[in-house]
Amino acid sequence: MNVLLMALGMLISTLVLLGLAGFLVFAERRVLGFLQNRLGPNRLGPFGIGQALADALKLMSKENFVPNFADPVLYRGAPILVAFSALVSFAVIPLDQHFSWAGNWNIGLLFILAMSSLNAYGVFLGGWASGNKFSLLGAVRAVAQLVSYELPLGLALLGVVLLSGSLSLNGIVAAQTIPYVVLQPLGFVIFLIAGVAETHRLPFDLPEAESELVAGFNTEYGGMRFGYFFLGEYLGLTLIAVLTALLYLGGWHGPWLPGWIWMFLKTGAVILGFFWLRATLPRPRYDQLMALGWKILLPLALLNILATAFAAAMWRLG
Amino acid sequence: MSAWRGVVQIGVGLWTTLRQLGRTSTISYPEVALQLPPRWRGRPVLTRDPDGDERCVACQLCSAVCPTRCIELQAGERADERRYPVSFRINFSRCIYCGLCEEACPTLAIQLLDEFAFSKEHHADFVYEKEALLIDGTGKHPHYNFYRHSGVALSNKDKGAGLNEKAPVNVRSNLP
Repeated sequence: MNVLLMALGMLISTLVLLGLAGFLVFAERRVLGFLQNRLGPNRLGPFGIGQALADALKLMSKENFVPNFADPVLYRGAPILVAFSALVSFAVIPLDQHFSWAGNWNIGLLFILAMSSLNAYGVFLGGWASGNKFSLLGAVRAVAQLVSYELPLGLALLGVVLLSGSLSLNGIVAAQTIPYVVLQPLGFVIFLIAGVAETHRLPFDLPEAESELVAGFNTEYGGMRFGYFFLGEYLGLTLIAVLTALLYLGGWHGPWLPGWIWMFLKTGAVILGFFWLRATLPRPRYDQLMALGWKILLPLALLNILATAFAAAMWRLG
Repeated sequence: MSAWRGVVQIGVGLWTTLRQLGRTSTISYPEVALQLPPRWRGRPVLTRDPDGDERCVACQLCSAVCPTRCIELQAGERADERRYPVSFRINFSRCIYCGLCEEACPTLAIQLLDEFAFSKEHHADFVYEKEALLIDGTGKHPHYNFYRHSGVALSNKDKGAGLNEKAPVNVRSNLP
């Protein structure tokens, strides 16, 4: 009985997350519209919110087509891997001190990093299995980008771990008497930049790059398989935003309001910031992307760890 | 140094996009009426003169000038010797709304007014006959009546009897 209830609860959380991703697609189009002197989709339902449902229905009702030059198994598996890895990461995300599936897990942060690496596999396999040169180029770019930005991302997170002395997300939030954005401003900036690159969203959308690679790694995808990639991207965006709120902005800590409302507010603000970035910045050239990752972010992240470790050691000694 | 400049420029860019919030230039067209320019070229119509008669004299100039050959008409003559189109047909699935027919018309009969949104299911429905083209108003030129200025003799009016018209001159008496 208990197991059944848990399964039901997990199903509900999954559905809520999927609905959230669908809503984010719509919200992004709307916000981008307002930032670009347009209105965005505003026809279906109040404020146009039915557009999310219409998009989902359209994707689900399309034919699941496998090109005859594609590798059938990997082609089918890759989108599922992407959506799966993004969804599973949310298991360790706490909404509140007591409201999470595995928020107390002592390797929560590590688990998220592992899942984001799995996400990279999904993107790469999807591009490779499509048997299309644009997809392949997108996949190669995705791998190079994800590898080079996972490093500064992990190193920036190491600063947080050093300060809080915990890898579980509950523990990290509990340790934040002052938000870590104050103690780790450099780490915060590095984490945000690398996070945007990890989710390969604009301005770091080189794996997709409509203007150069048609649609990059998902050129050959359509219907719900494309939908999985889409869901994975928006779930990844949500994940990075939630992580930013948890690790740097103090999580559920906040005056007056209940904790989970603070979580929603902080996450929403970060997501709006991502939309804003997308509306503003152009895509960098590929070598610029690599140079930023290896020549600027990585040394800065190392410096950040060095300074944090030094300060922590001094604090402990003195 | 250049990295610092880059950061500043990203900030400037973000501020530029943020300032655009709420400055929507989209017009929600079916709900909000469009403000069409006064010289907008919409669907051609046939207008009437201030007295309520048809302005068209069936001179065929519009048909001749039409680059897509979408105007077809047949001329006829009334009992008072005034010419009129017996039939007038415009195929709007070919019309490109260039306005050359309006420019060519000597009597200001054919005019491109402001109707622009019309769609049909079949091409055949786009062929408009004279009954559909002829409107009851004067269009853009409320006071113009070709026959009052033309110098053409009609059964109820002699040459030179119109507005701003002088009596005909005998050209032989006019020689130097």
